[in-house]
Amino acid sequence: MSSQVHGRGPRGPRSRSRTVRLVATAGAAALVFSAGFATPLDPAPRQAAAADGDKVLTVAVAQSVDSLSPFLASRLLSTSIHRLTYDYLTNYDPADAHAVPGLATKWESSPDKLTWTYTIRSNSKWSDGQRATAEDAAWTFNKMMTDEGAATANGSFVANFEKVTAPSPTQLVIKLRKPQATMTALDVPIVPKHVWEKVGDFSEFNNDKRFPIVGNGPFVLTDYKADSYVRLKANKSFWRGAPKFDELVFRYYKDQDAAVAALRKGEVSFVAGQPALTPAQAASLKNADDIKVNDAPGRRFYAIATNPGARAKNGQKFGDGDPSLLDQRVRHALFMAVDRRTIIDKVFQGHAVEGQGYIPPRFSQYFFKPSASQELSYDPAKAALLLDQAGYKKNGAGKRLGKDGRPITYRVLCHATDPNDKAIGQYLQEWWGKLGIGVRLDCLDNVSDPWLAGTYDLAFDGWSVNPDPDFVLSIHTCAALPATPKDTGTTDNFICDKRYDELYARQLAEYDPAKRAQIVQQMESRLYDLGYMNVMAYPNAVEAYRTDQIKSIQTMPSGAGNIYGQDGYWSWWSAVPADSGGSSDDSTSTDVVIGTAVGAAVLVGAGLFFAMRRRATADDRE
Amino acid sequence: MSSVQKAVAPIFDEPAARNTSGSAYLRYGAGKVGGAAVSLLAVLVTGFFLFRLIPGDPVKTMTGGRPVSTEQLASYRREFGLDLPVWQQFTDYCGKALTGDLGTSYQFRAPVLDKITEALPNTLLLTGTAFVLYTVLGIFLGTRAAWRHGGLGDKLNTGLALALYSVPSFWLGLLLIIVFSVGIGPIPGLFPTGGMESGGEEGLAYLLDVAHHLILPVITLVAVEYGQTLLVTRSALLDEMGGDYLTTARAKGLRDDLVRRRHAVPNALLPTVTLVFVNLGRTVAGVILVETVFSWPGLGGLFYQALSVPDLPLVQGLFFFFAAAVIVMNTVADLVYPLLDPRVGR
Repeated sequence: MSSQVHGRGPRGPRSRSRTVRLVATAGAAALVFSAGFATPLDPAPRQAAAADGDKVLTVAVAQSVDSLSPFLASRLLSTSIHRLTYDYLTNYDPADAHAVPGLATKWESSPDKLTWTYTIRSNSKWSDGQRATAEDAAWTFNKMMTDEGAATANGSFVANFEKVTAPSPTQLVIKLRKPQATMTALDVPIVPKHVWEKVGDFSEFNNDKRFPIVGNGPFVLTDYKADSYVRLKANKSFWRGAPKFDELVFRYYKDQDAAVAALRKGEVSFVAGQPALTPAQAASLKNADDIKVNDAPGRRFYAIATNPGARAKNGQKFGDGDPSLLDQRVRHALFMAVDRRTIIDKVFQGHAVEGQGYIPPRFSQYFFKPSASQELSYDPAKAALLLDQAGYKKNGAGKRLGKDGRPITYRVLCHATDPNDKAIGQYLQEWWGKLGIGVRLDCLDNVSDPWLAGTYDLAFDGWSVNPDPDFVLSIHTCAALPATPKDTGTTDNFICDKRYDELYARQLAEYDPAKRAQIVQQMESRLYDLGYMNVMAYPNAVEAYRTDQIKSIQTMPSGAGNIYGQDGYWSWWSAVPADSGGSSDDSTSTDVVIGTAVGAAVLVGAGLFFAMRRRATADDRE
Repeated sequence: MSSVQKAVAPIFDEPAARNTSGSAYLRYGAGKVGGAAVSLLAVLVTGFFLFRLIPGDPVKTMTGGRPVSTEQLASYRREFGLDLPVWQQFTDYCGKALTGDLGTSYQFRAPVLDKITEALPNTLLLTGTAFVLYTVLGIFLGTRAAWRHGGLGDKLNTGLALALYSVPSFWLGLLLIIVFSVGIGPIPGLFPTGGMESGGEEGLAYLLDVAHHLILPVITLVAVEYGQTLLVTRSALLDEMGGDYLTTARAKGLRDDLVRRRHAVPNALLPTVTLVFVNLGRTVAGVILVETVFSWPGLGGLFYQALSVPDLPLVQGLFFFFAAAVIVMNTVADLVYPLLDPRVGR
């Protein structure tokens, strides 16, 4: 049917007015919808907005809070919030991460190394006015030792505790079953007994219903809305001195590009990224006005690890790692064919440091650098020679053959979500391909199943290292292997070496920091020689902040370090507002003005619609 | 019903109307509701087994990166019931689900139902507002485009709808953020870059603040979604436009405008109604990409977080909830059809 039959009447004023009415209808409907749903969204009374003139520091975050209970929380954001809201026994010096006073002013161990006595400060107050004492600390530790729910997040810290007592308000005594060098690195938030003893089930109490939350850290948590924001107010009576900003707000940006846009606009003062800004984001922000990009040495290492033959503590072997990797010469050959410099330049685009030992150089006392004779430097010719010596010769087609006479092709586990894994995987295919070894990249969303089952040959691996390296060292001990092949151990990749284990036990019982650091370096040296892990890079922490909002801020380490995710509360506690005072919350009043204008426009539209509707229905009656 | 409509729309005659309100309709309705109940049960069972195929050990993933003893790992497994045989986990899950208990989230240590009810209003606010707008806009523009098909307006409208429908929502969202949030050239940054609220507002200021945060994500959703409604409405109306009853209506001297609104459109609406109800069902599922780009704290983001662990109770609960919404809305659509067109359900 042609359009002429139906006619195509001129679009007269009536037609236009109907268009206006329909658009207004849609607007009005939308507003009704908004108002209808907006009200029950927020049944709890809101905290008052920041008072005029208050300096607000807003930080963009992406990670959800898993729990606000210090007994349950394990994510970086949640534990950082606990660092800000509760004092721990000790803290880490921002310069070099050595132990400094926290709630405890000093500490000492008995000659038999089994009893630790902490002196608790007398000038720390809970935010409800009560004094923080040794009794609070003893109660916190005892709760974790006796209640499985309370041990959820930090139970490993008290696993070796025999007894914890508080003989006086300023004295805390911890008796150990065996010596433990990590007693000045107990990352456990101490909670107020008088508040927490009323909690029933610790495995379910999330501490996120009543605000403000009673604490004694540099900030007090005053408001929280899941995946929207976390608000903290400066604790003016904090013993180390009050923070310079009046308020600290963590605001959610689930998309990193949106967070960068918010920084450009000034809606947030700081963006860290997950775990770093991309090279492209960093490059674009470098030229922006009033923005400083902090390209700091990171605390992570990025490695390629081999499957050393998965096994359980009961001696049973499992998995199907390629047997050629059990030969140390093969492992060394593979790593000597990796050009780490190219990885830094091409993949990380300069935002990383070339890898050497297991612990990143920012932890200078534990950093291990292989000697010239020990170093597995880039040398493809020597790598080929090592493979020949190990008996893995090339065939006519240039492929290395395994003991079974078939060409070797390694399965490399990679994280599908990590573009670095994929990019480096391509390089490995090229470099190892030249040696005559095939590479098949198994990029998966979740690599833990084949990893736990030992059904891989090599894998991209990486860990964040704490100022106390005990944990990352422990995951390579034989004790970390699963009890049986069916169990899950705490091992990283089934390394079990007697010499390494002996050194591990020695460092854990060594209370002299310098001597302990020496043993830790020997452990790293052993790990390096074994060749089970090749640390390729230490990726930088790339983050950015607005200099018109933050005048200065403490990095960790102090010379050239990161800001987000520090050990301690140094960054946000030390941040000094810029003179302009350009608090990132200034946009709020503008927001309301614009919001009001938009709302008013829609209301006027709705009114017009109803008025015109009356006229139109009168016209239409026939 | 006016005599004009009786004459031009014989499907609305009296016997048919009686038929739909009688026992036939009840039988039809009971069949549809029964079918929906079976579907819900199937979703419950499928959800349980489907998500157990996701690779990964939830406990290991949750505790990755921090010191955990083997005893603690075993305790987690006990706590979450992961040490039980699968058949026992299944019967526990079904038994609890029937009483409305969807389990406890591994990562948030909170009842799944609480997490859903916490995020649901946020999603409904965003997708509901967009739904109203794109449905009205789609039907209105679709009707216009069909009525004047072949014309410049039709070509422009259809072309634009097709183009926007093909645009990835996250890309459009980011573009809107760059242009209207940050501001480019003479365009000032008018809207927030993300989130649902600034925080710390009360009363009317709070409502306006939320409305202000709502604008860009809603525009994004409307832009990519209205095209579908437009195209379905347009095509349905084009099919109707050959009907003799329209010629009759015109011959009686009715204005073209009235012929369209009162006669053609109501008869062409059935496919659009189907689409509207399907969209209404999808509304509760949120739009994961748009929620992510605009950092909207809704169900889409929650589902993404649940899958990344994987947080099995939360994944299963959300899967069931999303599927249930679509099933219920489809059933409602089925129940509404006979009222619109008595031939359905006879």
